Amino acid sequence: MLLNLVRKELKVKYTASVLGAIWSLLNPVVFLAVFSFVVRVLGNLVPDYPVFLLSGLLAWNFLSSSLTSGSRSVIDNANLVKKIAFPREILPLASIGVALFDFVLQSSVLLAFIALSGHGFQLPELLLYPLAIATLLVFTTAVTLWVSALNVRYRDVGHLLNLGLLVWFWLTPIVYQGYLVQEKLRSVSVLWFDAWTLYLLNPATVIVLGFQHALYGVSPPAPGQEPVLPVMSLGAMTGLLLAVLGVACGLLLLAWRSFFDRSGDFAEEL
Amino acid sequence: MTTAIEIAGIAKMFRLHRERPTSVKQRLLVSRSRSEEFWALRDVSFDIAEGSSLGLIGHNGSGKTTLLKCIAGILRPTAGTIRYRGRLAALLELGAGFHPDLTGRENVYLNASFLGLSRRAIDRVYDQIVAFAELEDFMDNQVKFYSSGMLVRLGFAVAVHVDPEVLLVDEVLAVGDESFQRRCLDRVRRFQEEGRTIVLVTHALDTVREVCDRAVMLDHGRVHATGTPDDVVRVLRHRLLSADPSFVAEEGSREVEIDGVAIESDGGLRDVVHPGEGLTITVDLRTEVVVPDAAVSFAVVSASTNHPVLEVKTSDLGVDLGPIDGKKRVRFRIPPAPWSGGSYFVTVGLDSADGRLFHVQTQHYALTVPAVTPVEPRLTVLPAVEVEDL
Repeated sequence: MLLNLVRKELKVKYTASVLGAIWSLLNPVVFLAVFSFVVRVLGNLVPDYPVFLLSGLLAWNFLSSSLTSGSRSVIDNANLVKKIAFPREILPLASIGVALFDFVLQSSVLLAFIALSGHGFQLPELLLYPLAIATLLVFTTAVTLWVSALNVRYRDVGHLLNLGLLVWFWLTPIVYQGYLVQEKLRSVSVLWFDAWTLYLLNPATVIVLGFQHALYGVSPPAPGQEPVLPVMSLGAMTGLLLAVLGVACGLLLLAWRSFFDRSGDFAEEL
Repeated sequence: MTTAIEIAGIAKMFRLHRERPTSVKQRLLVSRSRSEEFWALRDVSFDIAEGSSLGLIGHNGSGKTTLLKCIAGILRPTAGTIRYRGRLAALLELGAGFHPDLTGRENVYLNASFLGLSRRAIDRVYDQIVAFAELEDFMDNQVKFYSSGMLVRLGFAVAVHVDPEVLLVDEVLAVGDESFQRRCLDRVRRFQEEGRTIVLVTHALDTVREVCDRAVMLDHGRVHATGTPDDVVRVLRHRLLSADPSFVAEEGSREVEIDGVAIESDGGLRDVVHPGEGLTITVDLRTEVVVPDAAVSFAVVSASTNHPVLEVKTSDLGVDLGPIDGKKRVRFRIPPAPWSGGSYFVTVGLDSADGRLFHVQTQHYALTVPAVTPVEPRLTVLPAVEVEDL
């Protein structure tokens, strides 16, 4: 049923388009091409900037498109919800499925680029990749379920989400280097914590850093250059990801419960 | 007999907001007391036996559809429990969830999976669905190019092939052309023969009498009557009529009273007559005082159009009843007539020669004409044949 629904969403998305799913592939390809060019012309502090950018951005795109379409999923399918009894959770889950489809396609483009462009993979760090993906999936599912149920009752959740995603995006080291943040914030202390620790409380930051460690790697900086990623050991990164994964699992449990609690009233609220 | 659906103490309350707070701001500003409680269902309890067909009737807003949605699991009842056995499918709207941009084939798979069928199960019944909908040539077209009739046919075809043990149907039989409606009803009958349980919500009282073996009437969210379809339909019919202020069920001076009325077809059936069959309406009169003369009249009124199809009065026929002292019986023998199928109500009246009303029972008796599938008459004309050498 879930697969059928995902298939339907994809078919609808690519209906009457000649290239179909190729559009999903084209997106990162163009990104890589444009940034490779721009960086060559302007010069940049970050070596292999396209790889750095996309390793974080693809994960972020998965999170944000799951959230945006997931938050509308129940409302957009109001006629189904009001007329047919079926497990309501498959609606947001299908949104996540569609985003996952894009994520897998685009990631394969990125992986191919990393392999072919000479950036190459770094072995111990690459092992973080599956862990980062698992954390991303669980966290996204939890937040999407929660938002989709809430949006049925309060429609301004959708508007809030758009603004929130914008702020969240810039709070997360996707386009800029995490190392710079680490440098600036380390010395600042808020209450009893240093600001860098607070910064890491953002689960998206940890997930994105995980992806960047896995794919971009921590090649020792050339003399006279600053590192790109925040300086931390592989063990610390793994620990952080595991911690977020644990929290995300807890969140998923809560979100799942609250979704079920609310889903009984969906037909009435719509 | 086992119970297929057990409905115990169901109540459903809706909050009616003058303006629904669908945003946090409104939620904060508008106090909760502004919402009004509306009880769509209150303390509804009854059981539905396995293999039986129940008609759920009532006037608009009586809670029929709300109850059906509670049984289907779409709405969550405020109180009470509903238990059922086996797989349940609800037809609240045909083709709900058809996506205009997908082809007929894709929509069949999608729709059937929403109704709980696995992909392999759909593969098995796919050809039957297409054949039932008679859309063999259109399955690879997007459904946005379908006519509304085609959509309804496809929706019903999917729904009946989901193979449920309990089928909930809301008004959907009222769509489509006549031949399609026939086939839907035939399909419903097959469901009954296969021992499945059916709950039918409808305003078409004829369908209830024709299809169901039990009926429940809801009124303002409460069970008002249960019993055989004929009885319950009569209760509802009276309820609907009495809502009309000009309607009085029985009136008159009662100098002479109608003591009893029997309706019997030539085939010996009570309250039923087949098209092309004759029938007899027997009216018994009773009086305490001697009345010099009186006239008996009756009218047969179609339940669907509310128009009289037959009106007869003894005095108009030139029949003189003579003085009435004690009891008298009047028989109307109606010759075979091409009755059209449906429900009728019979009004019987009694008045004096100078027009004083003794007694009238308005639409108190029921008459049913079973519908027959129209058969094209075989033509007996012979064409002339001309042969020419060219």
